[in-house]
Amino acid sequence: MSDNPASAYDMSHVEESEERRTLAVIVDNEPGVLGRVVGLFSARGYNIESLTVAEVDRDRHRSRITIVTAGTAHTLEQIEAQLLRLVPVANVTDITKSKRGLERELALIKVAGEGEKRVEALRISEIFRARVIDTTNKSFIFELTGASDKIDQFCALMEPLGLVEVSRTGVLSIKRGAEKG
Amino acid sequence: MDMQTKPEAKTDTRQMTGAEIVITALKEQGVDVMFGYPGGAVLPIYDALFSEPSIRHVLVRHEQGAGHAAEGYARSTGKAGVALVTSGPGATNMVTPITDAMMDSIPMVVITGQVPTHLIGTDAFQECDTVGITRCCAKHNYLVTDVEDLARTIHEAFLIATTGRPGPVVIDIPKDVQFASGTYVGKEGIHKATYKPQTEPSVHAIKHAIQLMKKARRPVFYTGGGVINSGPKASEALRKLQAVTGFPVTSTLMGLGAFPASHEDWLGMLGMHGSYEANHAMHDCDLMICVGARFDDRVTGRIDAFSPGSKKIHIDIDPSSINKVIRADVPIIADSGEALNALIKAWGKTKPQDLTDWKAQIDRWRSRDCFAYGDNDGEIKPQYAIERLYELTKDRDTYISTEVGQHQMWAAQHYHFEEPNRWMTSGGLGTMGYGLPAAVGIQAAHPESLVIDIAGEASVQMVLQELSTAVQHKLPIKIFILNNEWMGMVRQWQELLHGERYSHTYSESLPDFVKLAEAYGGLGLTCDHPDELDARIEEMIDYDGPVVFDCRVTKAENCLPMIPSGAAHNEMILSEITGDEIDEAGRKLV
Repeated sequence: MSDNPASAYDMSHVEESEERRTLAVIVDNEPGVLGRVVGLFSARGYNIESLTVAEVDRDRHRSRITIVTAGTAHTLEQIEAQLLRLVPVANVTDITKSKRGLERELALIKVAGEGEKRVEALRISEIFRARVIDTTNKSFIFELTGASDKIDQFCALMEPLGLVEVSRTGVLSIKRGAEKG
Repeated sequence: MDMQTKPEAKTDTRQMTGAEIVITALKEQGVDVMFGYPGGAVLPIYDALFSEPSIRHVLVRHEQGAGHAAEGYARSTGKAGVALVTSGPGATNMVTPITDAMMDSIPMVVITGQVPTHLIGTDAFQECDTVGITRCCAKHNYLVTDVEDLARTIHEAFLIATTGRPGPVVIDIPKDVQFASGTYVGKEGIHKATYKPQTEPSVHAIKHAIQLMKKARRPVFYTGGGVINSGPKASEALRKLQAVTGFPVTSTLMGLGAFPASHEDWLGMLGMHGSYEANHAMHDCDLMICVGARFDDRVTGRIDAFSPGSKKIHIDIDPSSINKVIRADVPIIADSGEALNALIKAWGKTKPQDLTDWKAQIDRWRSRDCFAYGDNDGEIKPQYAIERLYELTKDRDTYISTEVGQHQMWAAQHYHFEEPNRWMTSGGLGTMGYGLPAAVGIQAAHPESLVIDIAGEASVQMVLQELSTAVQHKLPIKIFILNNEWMGMVRQWQELLHGERYSHTYSESLPDFVKLAEAYGGLGLTCDHPDELDARIEEMIDYDGPVVFDCRVTKAENCLPMIPSGAAHNEMILSEITGDEIDEAGRKLV
């Protein structure tokens, strides 16, 4: 492809590196708003690595959607602009770019096993400061909060010890400091 | 029918049914014409319309026709077009016009009926997920489930459709909400907190732009539909700014008419089938001032060879247009009219650089006479037909719509516009079948004007049934068909790209358009000789009613000049296609 001339349809010649970004999108909490946001990403071919949403201001009916996405600088600029085109979107903050971002994720992790493996799972969970929220003779459910890679790491360690299933919230984010947004 | 049954409104908090709220809100929004088709889920609204004398309802024959008619109305008046259709198929038939209006930024409010709220989600008769289906193709949409929200929603829909970058807004109203009784609120004070289009340019950006404009030796204005959408004042401002700067002007397909085609600094349309001088000026300029255009692929050609030596000022009301395709050196997010006026003010009495060399160069490009075509030689050349149509209608109060294809490009090349809002065409979506219903909408808005749909014999058959609408509503539209029996543009691409293998692009069994016109109650005319063309066109103009004009033209004429796919602005094909213009990369494009 690289020998051929590029055109408006073929942007593949642009060798740009992809960056991972966490965006906080404040929206009016109205029916279908999540559909608009998700539809925009699929229609324009953007990535969604994780997405969380919940109402955060009941009086003003505002929800906060946290999206982890990846793209070139050009794509990321377009994602922000396209999101702002949606009528119910109040604002978009690039948490990663702000350099003041805090990111956390919560995971529920079910591990089943007996004997040494069970003891080892419990021991590792203490190192990670995970909480046991359910237990049977053969299983634990751990609750773990932290950065996404910490949860990835924990799951990797649980894999040989009898990892059964994982439920994760996706990334939540907020900026450090006293100011809003 | 008693026209006097409803007392005039005194307050803005009256109780009425949902259906009455719809009609009252439309009236308050100044709607005088709407286009629609009744059905089960909109019967209450149609009932409220029955006794409403101030809104003219144009009954179409297919919902798609209502949508394009509303678009034609909107483009020719600057007001929002309104369409009213039923649920299910009524709504799905509107998807094409809604998408068309979205792509071309046309203000439109579409009201769809929906099954009663308690039946939503049950796969009820004529149920479809209208808001789901139109979410990605409308600027915004609503499902109104509470009659108390209805009036506010309608006013908000008009606000969103007509402000910022205009576009279509869909309001889906379940039948029980139309029957329910609720409070009417007026449009005063309606706003949406999350919706704040930026219309005023930043002082800093204007200053920066002026610095570049003062230094420019080879400047060009590249203007688009945004200038038309901003209203007649933006076109005035463009003319004024051009007058003080002397910069040459080109325009996209959507922007034709914002700058007068008779002006000596007019370069003609740019892009794939634009003029040689416009495309070369774009390629060689040192400053490009893009006003309300979006660097569409039909305009830019090959991106990495697009105007390599220029600084680019980009004025657009939609921030997502900036840097989407081409990086702007000076982005100006604003209404194009406001930005142009700010530039006029900041320019003041500045003397521009000497542009003599630049204009001499443009004249050399112009002297290639890129729109020239061969002699008629007993047949009517399609370009000649448009040229004669132009000459015989230019001094009248004329509006032109088109379908999509070769005839559309020939119309853009050979019909010339002096004013905005006179040219209605489907640019972004390229909807065959747009022109005839659009003409219906234009004629409804301008009953005394001459409205001509320049059509191809293939496109015109897509939404042909609206001829019946034109007859019923005494809308004397003229359908001027350049009939070459081919899907001409597709045929041309097959010639260029597919070794002249004309796969399924020849229409056999075309209707007899004269008899067809007569069957619908209009006048049919036909012409196949250049010597008779003027007389036939005069006949068409003089006839007080809808006319179908079957203009038999040269069958295999190609639309030129052309920037082949994947080529740059300075690589235009001028008058002959040899078949090896397009390289491997270009062949993969549309």
